[in-house]
Amino acid sequence: MSAALSKKERLKISRNPMPEQEPEKRVCSFDEVPLGYSIETAILEAQRCLQCPVPTCIEGCPVRIDIPGFLALVEQGDFLGAAQKIKETNILPAICGRVCPQEEQCEAVCALTKKYTSVAIGRVERFVADYERASGASELPELPPKTGYRVAVVGSGPAGLTVAGEMIRKGHDVTVFEALHRPGGVLVYGIPRFRLPIEVIDHEIDYLKKLGVEFRCNVVIGRLYSIDDLLKEEGYHAVFIGTGAGHPRFLNIPGENLNGVYSANEFLTRVNLMGANKFPEFDTPIVRGERIAVIGAGDTAMDAARTARRLGTRQVTIYYRRTAAEAPCRVEEMHHATEEGIGFEWLTSPVRFLGNERGFLTGVEFQRMELGQPDESGRRRPVPVADSNYVVPAQVAIFALGFNVNPIIAETSPDIITTKEGIIKVDTKTGQTSKPGVFAGGDIITGGATVILAMGQGKIAARSIQEYLTNR
Amino acid sequence: MIQTRYEVVRRREIAPKTVHLAVRAPEIARKYRPGQFVIVRTHEHGERVPLSLAGSDMEEGLIYLLVQAVGKTSGEIHDLAVGDAFLDVVGPLGRPTPIAEYGTCVLIGGGFGVGALQPIATALRDAGNRVIAILGARQRSLVLLEEETRALCDEVYVTTDDGSHGRKGIVTDVLREIIERAPVHFVMAVGPMLMMKAVSELTRPHRIRTLVSLNTIMVDGTGMCGSCRVVVGGQTRFACVHGPDFDGHLVDFEAIRQRNAMYLAEEREALERRRAEMEESCQVAALAGQTATARQSSTPKES
Repeated sequence: MSAALSKKERLKISRNPMPEQEPEKRVCSFDEVPLGYSIETAILEAQRCLQCPVPTCIEGCPVRIDIPGFLALVEQGDFLGAAQKIKETNILPAICGRVCPQEEQCEAVCALTKKYTSVAIGRVERFVADYERASGASELPELPPKTGYRVAVVGSGPAGLTVAGEMIRKGHDVTVFEALHRPGGVLVYGIPRFRLPIEVIDHEIDYLKKLGVEFRCNVVIGRLYSIDDLLKEEGYHAVFIGTGAGHPRFLNIPGENLNGVYSANEFLTRVNLMGANKFPEFDTPIVRGERIAVIGAGDTAMDAARTARRLGTRQVTIYYRRTAAEAPCRVEEMHHATEEGIGFEWLTSPVRFLGNERGFLTGVEFQRMELGQPDESGRRRPVPVADSNYVVPAQVAIFALGFNVNPIIAETSPDIITTKEGIIKVDTKTGQTSKPGVFAGGDIITGGATVILAMGQGKIAARSIQEYLTNR
Repeated sequence: MIQTRYEVVRRREIAPKTVHLAVRAPEIARKYRPGQFVIVRTHEHGERVPLSLAGSDMEEGLIYLLVQAVGKTSGEIHDLAVGDAFLDVVGPLGRPTPIAEYGTCVLIGGGFGVGALQPIATALRDAGNRVIAILGARQRSLVLLEEETRALCDEVYVTTDDGSHGRKGIVTDVLREIIERAPVHFVMAVGPMLMMKAVSELTRPHRIRTLVSLNTIMVDGTGMCGSCRVVVGGQTRFACVHGPDFDGHLVDFEAIRQRNAMYLAEEREALERRRAEMEESCQVAALAGQTATARQSSTPKES
């Protein structure tokens, strides 16, 4: 082992780029785009960490990973140790290393950011998790004796998986209920395989199963069992609701129910969960077309556009009512989309959809916008430009405009107080809902955010559930 | 509460290409209420399809499904034998049909929509209503569950397009007469879009509360995708979570008919593929049969 590097030597190393599949090649498959660091690159990148005595990066992480701690282990070549270090606070490192917006979190507050470029924390995290998975090592933490308490987790997305991981490690019995036929929630149905391979998700879920978490698919809470059923008849002592937002928004404009007009959720689910890209080998179909219009510019819009490209679509264009500067997606995702030949039209908004006599979409009528006064979000409000309408041909249009909240739980548990939009009201410090013993986190309390924020809320809720159970 | 295998326990071919299945799903059987549906998947590459429930048996832990083989997936379900199992069954989904003491109720079933009416008829009758049913079909062989319906309802009328059974004509002919004869307080129609539309148009001037159960294309069935969206009273609604029952006087039936035809080309392709595969496997089986026979005859008998 070489002697520790000096600060000067560390500063000399520049941020290591992520090797990626070539755009021309990758648009022909659903294989993952970033290829991951090699051992050498990972060590080199970890050496860039200055090991600050008061690390700001940890504060930037919603789940408070000991970032300098795991980077030091990587530097020493102890990759499995690094994996264990991350898993102390984050049970889904292979997922977070891929989908977290690190540039807005840990990396944004890295001490190097001001004068240099930040340590590529996310890429090293991903390397560590992938190394552990490839090594076949499945070292399980020692679990405390069983407490006899039973915790029900509703929804198997990032928030639910986090709570399950925390609770099983406290010695409780945990059952995760999933409405779909396979666990993972938005990680499976929403995020495409070229960003998050299925084996990565399965590995993390298998880890939870090995720890003793029970997964029950095909169960819709609110229909098969109400929250009260879980607490009373089914013998659970606490319930965590992490059902996500997942109720897609439409615009209520003419023609939006024409054949070929999809929500991003439906378009992505048909491909990601149901394999519609492999029709007729898989039975679920999807409307294809020469031209696909994606409306919206968040991460989901990028995912939908890049998926559309992989279905062999000649022309995919993203339409957004503001400009690139206001687009809510990660810069990296827009960059990937651009590389893959996806077009962008800024300052434009659909006013109606046009169809043929059989009810299939043929085109979209847009109206130009310009930026006016700032709105309540602080961004300048788009306002229509008079007499600026124009029509573009499209056989498929995809709405990626964000989500409303799924109504099922609120409808069947009136004692859980929600906003008028259906967002479950919680004490943000504890995740406690208005119903004793019932906690919530993830998009169901925010209306739509990121994987890691959902996980952070899962951790908060898990801490409160622990307190609630021990004080019973 | 562990459910592992959604096994077909009983199977009854009740009309050409139409089966009545009893499927083991004790949790769903216990929680299900009339008007709700399930989503099933038959194999790993299969699609998720919604099916109305034709009732349940809580004690036996069974749910009943009425399935007509139309496309690939419904063909696969039709071909499930006793002992075979669905890969996934999720439910009960959707809001239950509102059951109350309405007075005189007329339930109208077209095609295999008759299945969904059985539990609704029972519930309405238990709630103290007088229940009249009208079953419509193209011809005699396609009239489904007539006897069962007679056992549940106060009066049952049957119409066939060709007059081969019951009365020649369509369901609205009978409905019109019933409405003219005596007050009707609640009408529910389950079946083809055109039939549900005709029923709704007929009851509209009489201001009779009319519900229709909308069968749309779905993926998740929990409000997550919007595949099942329908226009009701000018508003976009999701059949899976806001329905499947809606006020027939407010539904845009034409829009649903168009959306339900979205994948006709793909459905045809999948069906053709299945037919070709089945023929191939029949030929292989026939060949294998020949070889087996040949081998048998050439195997020296041992004593």
